[in-house]
Amino acid sequence: MNLNVLFFAAARDAVGADAVTVDVPEGSSIGELQQLMIQRTPQLERWSQALLWAVNNRYAGCDQVLHASDVIACFPPVSGG
Amino acid sequence: MIELTTEPIDYNQLTESVRDHAAGAVTLFLGTVREFTRGVQTSWLEYEAYPDMARASMAELEAEACQKFTVTKIAISHRTGMMALGEISVAIAVSSPHRDQAFEAGRWLIDTLKERVPIWKKEHFADGREEWQHPGMTPQTNTTGAKL
Repeated sequence: MNLNVLFFAAARDAVGADAVTVDVPEGSSIGELQQLMIQRTPQLERWSQALLWAVNNRYAGCDQVLHASDVIACFPPVSGG
Repeated sequence: MIELTTEPIDYNQLTESVRDHAAGAVTLFLGTVREFTRGVQTSWLEYEAYPDMARASMAELEAEACQKFTVTKIAISHRTGMMALGEISVAIAVSSPHRDQAFEAGRWLIDTLKERVPIWKKEHFADGREEWQHPGMTPQTNTTGAKL
């Protein structure tokens, strides 16, 4: 299935795009998607311990299983305020 | 009331929006652009948000604060884009029947906003460097990839 992944702040700078479409097997999890993204974009590696993921506007853990309709986002630790 | 805006924050209007006959106290917190951080001079700041999630996340904070504290009304506004020294990046107004709860809720709201809401700050330093701020991460490179 194709997933559209949004990137923000330093993660977007590392990827070089606001959004990327990736093809992953059905039933893939956030953890698997992160591994795939780091393979595709080695510049993300230095963020790997800290990357945060959101699915449908909520924080998601590594085990969360993804669906084609999900809105997925990836970003570094937040620093608003 | 939740707002994510690229315009200057009208904190008078924000404060008025929480005033209520049920309240005996109103607190206002403003986050402003600071010139020096640990001796390093900032020229200006840039804030970026994941807008949909930032709004949803701020609305959750408002709902949680209403559960945790005895408050009358809450208003939160966060600005994004470029901001000069002294400009207001975030404003939080809380009203409550008694002052303790307005102070406590305001403190909890800004602390939790900084932990949770997907907004990022980029420092543009006086020496020309620029750097995303990411709490808990050691800065290794700036955004042009050069070692600091």
